[in-house]
Amino acid sequence: MNSLQSQGFAPIVSHLKKDGSEWTVKEKLLLGLSPKEYWAVQLRNPFNWVLWVIYAVGLPILVGRFIYGLGWVTHSSYDYPWGLFLGWGLFTMVPLSASGFMMGTTVELFGRKDFKPLERLGLLNGLLGYLFAVMFLQVDLGQPWRLIYPMFVSLGPAAVLFLVAWHVATYLSCQVAELVPAFAEWMNFPKAKQFIKKIVLGLTVAGIILSTLHQGALGALFTYAPGKVHPLWYSSSFQWFQFFVSAVFAGLSMLIVVSTLSKWFMRWRCDETYLNNLSKLTLGLAKGASLALITYLVIRIIGIAHDNDWQYLATGWGAWFMFEMVVGVILPLIFYTMAVRNSNASLARFSAFLAVFGLALNRLNTALITFNWQLYQEIPHWREVVIVVTVYATYIVVYRAILARMPILYTWKENK
Amino acid sequence: MKKLHRRSFLKGGLAGGAAIAAVGTSKHAEAAGSFGGYPDSMGVLVDLTKCVGCRTCEAACNKEQGLPAPDKSFDDPSVFEEKREGGLPRRTTEKAYTVVQKYDVPGREHPLFRKVQCNHCNEPACLTSCFVNAYKKTPEGAVMYDHTVCVGCRTCMVACPFYIPAYSYSSAINPVVKKCIMCYDTRLKFGKPPACVEACPQEVMTFGKRKDLLKMAHQRISDKPGAYVDHVYGETEVGGTAWMYLSDVPFDKIGYDTHLGDQPIISYVKEFLTIVPMVLTIWPALFTGFHLLSNRKEALKNEDTKS
Ligand code: SF4
Ligand code: SF4
Ligand code: SF4
Repeated sequence: MNSLQSQGFAPIVSHLKKDGSEWTVKEKLLLGLSPKEYWAVQLRNPFNWVLWVIYAVGLPILVGRFIYGLGWVTHSSYDYPWGLFLGWGLFTMVPLSASGFMMGTTVELFGRKDFKPLERLGLLNGLLGYLFAVMFLQVDLGQPWRLIYPMFVSLGPAAVLFLVAWHVATYLSCQVAELVPAFAEWMNFPKAKQFIKKIVLGLTVAGIILSTLHQGALGALFTYAPGKVHPLWYSSSFQWFQFFVSAVFAGLSMLIVVSTLSKWFMRWRCDETYLNNLSKLTLGLAKGASLALITYLVIRIIGIAHDNDWQYLATGWGAWFMFEMVVGVILPLIFYTMAVRNSNASLARFSAFLAVFGLALNRLNTALITFNWQLYQEIPHWREVVIVVTVYATYIVVYRAILARMPILYTWKENK
Repeated sequence: MKKLHRRSFLKGGLAGGAAIAAVGTSKHAEAAGSFGGYPDSMGVLVDLTKCVGCRTCEAACNKEQGLPAPDKSFDDPSVFEEKREGGLPRRTTEKAYTVVQKYDVPGREHPLFRKVQCNHCNEPACLTSCFVNAYKKTPEGAVMYDHTVCVGCRTCMVACPFYIPAYSYSSAINPVVKKCIMCYDTRLKFGKPPACVEACPQEVMTFGKRKDLLKMAHQRISDKPGAYVDHVYGETEVGGTAWMYLSDVPFDKIGYDTHLGDQPIISYVKEFLTIVPMVLTIWPALFTGFHLLSNRKEALKNEDTKS
C-alpha cells in the first residue's frame, strides 16, 4: 500500500469522494479500491503469505482443540494446569494492552491534548489486546460455553479470578464505548459520537479503577500458589503492585512499538499530524515508561528484601532472574532515559521493544518457567504453540484491518 | 451463608469490585481471624508406619467412586516404580482419587508407603480460589466439588498446595475436576467412614472427629517414644486439614511439603483483597480531582494569554 500511495493513490479520509458523491460502506471496506485492485494488493503482500501458512497449519489444529479436547493440544498436565494459552494470552497480553487506560487518563483526565494523535491508537491497542485475551481464555477454559457462569449462574465473589472476570468484561465495554467516536466518524453516525463525548470522563475514571484492580489481580492470582512460584518472582505483599506497575511501562512501550510498526508498514494510512508529532510523543511516552520502570525496579528489589530472598540470587534461578532484570528492566530504563535526554526517538523505540520483551519474559517466568520450580520444567506441546501463533496472527490481522480503515492513525475530515 | 465469617467479609470487598453497589462495609467488618474448621467435623488419621502398600484402599476407592478400570491391576506392585515427569512418584489423576507411593528410606527395614488423596483442608485453597464457588466445605469436613458449574479455569489446581485436583482433559464436551470427596454422598453424610478407610486390612486409618483424632495422635506419639516423629502432619499445615498423618520418618524425606506454613492459602491473597475496597473508594475522587486541577490550570493559562 505504501508503494501504491507513491503512485498517486489517496486513502479515504472523509465521507466524500473527489467528485462530491459519498463513499458507500463497501467502498470504504475496500479502502476505496476496486475489488480487483484490492485483492491484487493483498496477494502482493509477503506478510500475507506468512499468514496463509499460519492459517493452513493452525486452523485445523484450533478446530481440533474443540473436537478432541484440551488433552489433544496440551500435555494434559495436572501439575501445570496453566500453559501458554494463559501464560501468553492472558498474563502477557493484558499488561501489554494497558495503553488504553493510560492514554485515556493522559488526554481526557490530565488534559494533555498534545497526546491526542496517539490517543486512539492507545485505546485500540487496549481494546484488541483485551478482546484477544478473552479469545485465548476461551481456548483454554475446559468449558468455554460457561464463560458467563461467574457472572450470572454461580458466583464466587471472594476469588481473585472473579474480580478479573468482571473487570475485564466491564472494561471491555468501556473500551468499546471509548472507541465509538472513531467508528461513528467512519460510519457517519454523528449522534453516537456526541453521546460518548458526554460520558467520556466517567468512562476514563472507570477505566483507571478497573485497570488498577485487574492488572493487580492478575498478579494476585499467583499469591494462591505461594510455594509454587519461585521466591524471586513471588511476593505476597507486592505481587499485585508489581504487576500493576509493570503494566504501566508495558502498555506505554507497546504503544511505542505499534506506533512505530504502523509508521513503517502503514505509512500510507498515517496523516501529517500523526507523522509529524510521533517522535515528540514517543519521547513523552518514553518518559512515562522510564518513571514506571524505575518504580518497578525498586519494588522488585523491595520484594526480595522484604522476604529476604537474597540467597536465591546465587543460584541458577538467580542468574535467570538477573537476566530478566538487566535485559528487560535496567537496559530499557537506561535507554529510555538517554533517549529522553538526547531527544533520540529511535533509541526510545529500540528500548520499547526491549521493555515489551522484558514484560513478556516476566509473565512467562511467573506463570510457567519458574512455576513449580521445585518439581520439573514443563515444555508446552507443539500444538499448543501453533494455536497461540494462530490466535495471535488473527489479532494482528484484525488490528491491521481496523487501522487501515477507521480514523485511528489519521483525522477524519467532517463534511462541510 | 453464615458459615465462614471471613469469607463473607471478603465477599463484601470483592463483590464491590464487580458491582460497586454491593459493598456493605461495616456489616462485614467483624471479619478477620482464622476460620479453623467446623468444630465437630470428621477426619482421618493415617498412621504411615502401619501401611504395607497393598493398595486395597485404591481398589476400594475405584469401586466406591465408580472410576474407570486402572491401567494396571490393583495388585500389581510395579506401579510403585512408575515415575511421572521430573522423576516424581505417581500422583492422583482423573482416574484415581487416591494413590499409594513407595519411598525407600535408607536405614529403615521396609520401604515406607504413603497414601495420597485430598486432605480436605479446613480452609481449602481450591475453595477460596474458585470464581464460580464450585467447592463447598461440608460441616462433616468433606470438601465437595460441583461439576455442573465448573468453568474449567483450573485455578483450583494451581492453588491446591498438595497438588491434588486432577482434570479430565481427555473430554472435549464435559471436562471436570476429579478429586477425592471423602465419600461424602455415599458414606460420610450418613456418618460412615470412607470406603478406603474401611477397606484397609492393616487398619492404617482411623476415622473420627478431627479433634479426637488429634488427641489420639499426640497420645500415640507420647505412648511410644521414638516410634514416631513428633509431629502430626495436617494439624496446622495451611490452617489444618481433615486428613492427618503420623510417621516414623521425617516428613520432608517422604514427599511431604514441610514449608507450607500454618496460614491457610487465602491469607497470602489478603494483601491484595484489602486494597480492593480502597481503590474503589479513593480512586474516583482522586482522579476526578486531578482532572479538575488540570482543567483549572488550563483555564488560568487561557486567561493569562487573554490579558
Ligand atoms: S487438599 Fe487441595 S483439593 Fe483437597 S481441600 Fe485442600 S486445597 Fe482443596
Ligand atoms: S476449574 Fe472449575 S472448580 Fe476449579 S477454580 Fe475453575 S471453575 Fe472453579
Ligand atoms: S475418601 Fe472416598 S473418595 Fe476419597 S480416596 Fe477414600 S475412597 Fe476415594
